[in-house]
Amino acid sequence: MIETIRAAFVIARRDFTAIIFSKSFFFFLLGPLFPLGIGVAAGGLGSQVSRDIETTTIGIVLSPEEAEKLLATRARLSLSLGPKSLPDLLILNDVQDREADIVAKLDNDKSINVILSGTLAKPVLTGSQRDVGRWQGKIALLAETAIAQPVPVEIETRLVGQTGSSSERGQLLTAQGAQAILILLTMILAGMVLSNLVEEKTNKIIEILAAAIPMDAIFLGKLFAMLGMALVGIAVWSTLGLSVSLLVGVHWNALPVPAVGWPLFIILMIFYFSMAYLLLGSLFLGIGAMATTVREVQTLSMPVTMGQLLVFFLAYSSITKLGEPVEWFAVLFPFSSPFAMIARAAQMDNIWQHGLALVWQALFTMIIIRFSVMLFRRNVMKSGQAARKKSLFARVTGK
Amino acid sequence: MHAPDPQFAIEARNIVKRFDGEAAVDGIDLTITKGSIFGILGPNGAGKTTALRMLLGIIDPDEGERFLLGSPDPISKAHQVGYLPEERGLYQSMKAYDAIAFMGALRGLPLAEGRKRGRSMMKAHGLGDATDKQIRQLSKGMAQTVQLLGTLVHDPDLIILDEPFSGLDALNQGKLERLIRDQADKGVTVIFSTHVIAHAERLCEEIAIIADGKVPFKGKVSAARDRLRPQVHLETRNLDGPWRSAIPADCQPLGHNWHFTLPENGVEPLLHALVEGGAGIESLSIERPGLHDAFVQIAGEAVARKMKEDSASNNGDETA
Repeated sequence: MIETIRAAFVIARRDFTAIIFSKSFFFFLLGPLFPLGIGVAAGGLGSQVSRDIETTTIGIVLSPEEAEKLLATRARLSLSLGPKSLPDLLILNDVQDREADIVAKLDNDKSINVILSGTLAKPVLTGSQRDVGRWQGKIALLAETAIAQPVPVEIETRLVGQTGSSSERGQLLTAQGAQAILILLTMILAGMVLSNLVEEKTNKIIEILAAAIPMDAIFLGKLFAMLGMALVGIAVWSTLGLSVSLLVGVHWNALPVPAVGWPLFIILMIFYFSMAYLLLGSLFLGIGAMATTVREVQTLSMPVTMGQLLVFFLAYSSITKLGEPVEWFAVLFPFSSPFAMIARAAQMDNIWQHGLALVWQALFTMIIIRFSVMLFRRNVMKSGQAARKKSLFARVTGK
Repeated sequence: MHAPDPQFAIEARNIVKRFDGEAAVDGIDLTITKGSIFGILGPNGAGKTTALRMLLGIIDPDEGERFLLGSPDPISKAHQVGYLPEERGLYQSMKAYDAIAFMGALRGLPLAEGRKRGRSMMKAHGLGDATDKQIRQLSKGMAQTVQLLGTLVHDPDLIILDEPFSGLDALNQGKLERLIRDQADKGVTVIFSTHVIAHAERLCEEIAIIADGKVPFKGKVSAARDRLRPQVHLETRNLDGPWRSAIPADCQPLGHNWHFTLPENGVEPLLHALVEGGAGIESLSIERPGLHDAFVQIAGEAVARKMKEDSASNNGDETA
């Protein structure tokens, strides 16, 4: 065992330094900026389009007194409900309360979505089915309020720190957020392990390694080197994120406190990320080890990503079902276990379960590595051209 | 399990390896004495590499048992072993001295010590200017030398070289032969596989011939040669006479030249019969058969031809 750890360290050191001191590592660190940039740009564009689509102006064809009353009511209600919760109102002086005129105005003036005519007591709304359906409730509210002229009341508020329900909701939010971060990081980083043994195989170094150290050490070393690289990346991104948030002035104390408390929660995040990475990474390394070319690795990426997504969906769907069978399944199924457990850490304060979960996840990682090594030795470490020319499927199945 | 004999660096008993139901190695028995230079001869595809991989613990035999330096778990003895595989490989971005140190570190040598030795070994082998160059910047021959030095950097007790001469020019082949002899002089056991008989003939005390996954011969080079009778080359003035009864009846002359296997009773009775029988000896030479002839006799004409072809194509590759 000591020899395996020593040898794994030799491999990990080589791989880690080769990655960290390569030019491509700089681009790896920049990696999250691309989706972030694309996300911000897409979000901005999306909200712009959405604003353009959603802005609604309702033309008013009422008597001047009723029209003024309606405008005043809208202004008052906007203070309570928010300015965007009610449609813009525009008095149409040039339109008569006749159906033909109203329809013609709607056809000719594209800035008007719906026209309100009739009286406040008996309003008539003309427009497309979608627009009328969408706004008739709010127009009714405006008309009723304008007619009734209710007396405004002032509400006195008494604030407490946290209530049972707000704490639960907050912890649920923390669970969702933490799981999303864990899923995103694992998704970005674990897939990289797929191609990890291709270099050794194309450079023919694998035989030197296999003759010198236990194969388990090669797999372990490679996994830990990639984990180290991932943690360096996360440390850099976290530092940058924290610096930016301090500059912007984010109030961290406003974040909902997880059930186990922030310090332990952050430690558990690191542990569960490591375990999620090692579990999925060892599986991907085992699968990728069967591939002999980069093209084969690329072919494998798609089903592997799909498998990852299924695991993530399982974990995500279990957040709100603490203690139910589906949540227990997500906790016990090794690949979803780290994600389900971080959700538990946010919502349950008992700590012992995390120790058990981490041991279970580590044990399963070892089982996957042993199995991958067995497959690798049986199906890949063969001599002769015929063995090398076998299809990927044949190598994986050993046929 | 049979107990290993401490005088042997390697013991293999009836090891079998099948791939897809087909035997790549089919019941090999091998014992290699510590401190010897041992050659494994056979054409490509005979099972040499598979046998070596089993002996090294890269793959496990399906049947039989093997001991490397007395251990049934060869990887546990990796610190004492140096291995140069047939397919050479190094990390392309590594510096040359670092590649040597890395190979030493794999086998337990501290990295700093490996780096120190790597630099001095490269200097000693005329590669002093290349120590800080990346592997990708080296010529093929230089990279091969670096890998060979990486095989030796941790001072192993046993060195296994799979086709070490392939890809080397004549000059470097000579250097490698000297290096193998130097290691053997230090008491290191050297085992190498080759399909070029001349290397084995020059270097080895003992050989094993592998053909079709089996070992039809294992023993001293002289014993392999002794399997064949010496050849007689005789030139006579006369073509007939009583002396003819001293040579095989089916031997036909080429002009006045006769070639035949030395009779069982040896040289003296033959010489006596030729002189007394009036052959009129112009010249007479008795030639001991080479390892190649012995190989043909042991492994068969077809296997020997394949080996020759492998050797020729290998030389062609080198030229190319």
